[in-house]
Amino acid sequence: MDNYGNTKNFSLDDDSVVVVVGSGAGGGTLASELAKKGIGVVVLEAGKLNQRASFIPDEWPSFHQLAWLDERTTSGSWRIAHDFPNLPAWICKTVGGTSVHWAGASLRIQPHEFKARTTYGNLPGANLLDWPLTREELDPYYARAEDKMGVTRTNDIPGLPGNNNFKVMYAGATKAGYKKCSTGRMAINSETRDGRSHCYQRGFCFQGCIFGAKWSTLYVEIPEGQATGHMELRPEAHAARIEHDQNGKVTAVLYFDAAGKLQRQKARAVAVAGNSIETPRLLLLSESSKYPAGLANSSDQVGRNYMRHLTASVYGVFQKNVDMYRGTTMAGIIADEEVFDPSRGFVGGFHMETISLGLAFYAAFLNPGAWGKEFAEAMEAYSRTAGMWIVGEDMPQTTNRVTLSQGVKDQFGLAVPNVNFDDHPNDIAMREYSYQRGEAVYMAAGADKTYRVPPYPSTHNLGTCRMSEKPEDGVCNNYGQTHDIPNLFISDGSQFTTGASENPTLTIVTLALRQADYIAQQMKANAI
Amino acid sequence: MKRETNIESAVPLAGLKASRRNLLKGAGMLSGTLALSSTLAALAPGRAWALDMKALSSHQGRVILRFTRYLYPHPSLEDAVYALVVKDLDDKASADADSKNTLAQGVAQLDQIGGEDWLKRSAALQEIDVASMESTNFFKLVRSTAVVSLYSNEMAYAHFGYGGPAGNTGYLYKGFNDLTWLPDPPPTASGPIPPS
Repeated sequence: MDNYGNTKNFSLDDDSVVVVVGSGAGGGTLASELAKKGIGVVVLEAGKLNQRASFIPDEWPSFHQLAWLDERTTSGSWRIAHDFPNLPAWICKTVGGTSVHWAGASLRIQPHEFKARTTYGNLPGANLLDWPLTREELDPYYARAEDKMGVTRTNDIPGLPGNNNFKVMYAGATKAGYKKCSTGRMAINSETRDGRSHCYQRGFCFQGCIFGAKWSTLYVEIPEGQATGHMELRPEAHAARIEHDQNGKVTAVLYFDAAGKLQRQKARAVAVAGNSIETPRLLLLSESSKYPAGLANSSDQVGRNYMRHLTASVYGVFQKNVDMYRGTTMAGIIADEEVFDPSRGFVGGFHMETISLGLAFYAAFLNPGAWGKEFAEAMEAYSRTAGMWIVGEDMPQTTNRVTLSQGVKDQFGLAVPNVNFDDHPNDIAMREYSYQRGEAVYMAAGADKTYRVPPYPSTHNLGTCRMSEKPEDGVCNNYGQTHDIPNLFISDGSQFTTGASENPTLTIVTLALRQADYIAQQMKANAI
Repeated sequence: MKRETNIESAVPLAGLKASRRNLLKGAGMLSGTLALSSTLAALAPGRAWALDMKALSSHQGRVILRFTRYLYPHPSLEDAVYALVVKDLDDKASADADSKNTLAQGVAQLDQIGGEDWLKRSAALQEIDVASMESTNFFKLVRSTAVVSLYSNEMAYAHFGYGGPAGNTGYLYKGFNDLTWLPDPPPTASGPIPPS
């Protein structure tokens, strides 16, 4: 029987363990760090164990191998609800979670972005709040995360070599007057490091890195955690409910195992890291007579303030070949627009990052639902096309929200999550401006034509169990510890108080490192 | 609740068989020949190709293929690639009675518009007919299947210039930065290439 690389197995009745739900950037890192401190950890991962060698270099087949395809529903005025009503997010259900699929961009959130409410002021309709954390407090943990993940352009690690898609971005950016354009800080090895290969520029970052050049919990944190003898990984273990005692402390996690059988793993503490849709869903599914609105939800903020980054893409069509699919997906970053400058007509900033899609996903996402000659013409120009993705800060809104569906159940009979989303006027203004800037970059590089591409199903899902200084404003404190239940933690991007303009994984890992220290200290002090 | 078709089944990469009629009962067949100049000839076992269908008739298959050519018009793209759309729709029709009915009704509607056989109608009118069907379930099923099937196969990858699975070993020493019509970025912006 496959034991998934585990060197230790815990009894279901062992109530000394920390149960971590999810094995992605947040859960996988937290679990491994706790195990390295000698703390017993059980990781419940809904997905299967798909190892590197099994990754598929073809977009749709890979999508069906890795993506989270359990039923979800959508509502609101966002275009996703029309085009992809059952696919609000493009995230993973596999060991390693979305750290298998991510593109590797690793930027620290800027100091002013942690103070969003103070910096941006009162914006009607936006539920802005300062993080209960400063950049200064996080910097030592950011440094640890960068070293652990091997982020290029930190720790004397050279930048990655730029591919064709980057050459186009760089030429356009410099002509358009931008000063901060490079191959960026990436958790992709530019040289062999920590026993992992350098990048071979396959261009299948989204489909999983067979060489292991890109950092992922799948082949870095999880095996390290298992090797300590203090961590057990359980794939195909779908968490269904968190139980608590009469004092309100959590005591166990109920989950469906690979055979669909309900199991109960006892726990001293529980950390939820299911990404920002499943994490609030699990808290809401765990409602009880003591917690009728769901766990950790006395503030009524669980599931609210869902953010997904601005996102938009611009593609430019040129006379000659670009072959954007060759090499790293996110090969370059323009950082000049990351600043706070309300003279642009909006608060918050954005990054422009190269993106490439293979032919199959270019067809699927260029203009969902489109057909006819114009669409066919865009497809004919595929090999002459360069692409960029815009990652901007979108506004938290109380009505952008994950709730439980009233009618739709999943394969286990559990209510599926519904994701409701409307753009804030600030999001719309930023998207329009960023489209123009992206077009300006490609026109400056000599494009004949540009395409504005709407947001894809969200990969950056944030904010649905946010950190707050005051319990009434959010769900957890600055260690991810829920305000209501001291032995229940949030350990993924759900914690983000605001979205900032940086790709979130580095910050998720950083918060997990800090949280691991805190949980260990709290356990030692018998506070939890 | 029924899942939307636009995120459904991935397209198998399997191409079409060389022409050899399998004796399947009660279903149709599509066949054709690759053009002499076709870049796809290298990918196919022979110039002649055939598709045995399980649920659709030969006529239904031909109408759907022609319909798809108007949806995603690529004049130099071979019928063999469009036939992959018919193949996936045939699979859906074979697995699901609703899909089968939707396809049958759509083809019947087109034939009615065309006065018996839509395939005999002029190209100019066929193009208008396709647009006029946009709100029908037939159009939605064919389009949402086609946008996946047509562009997710190795023949399409070759036609449109996408590397596809052949890029699995990486482009580091095989052209990832071979663009020469723009200047190379300076070393401060673009890092060193690891030695092979």
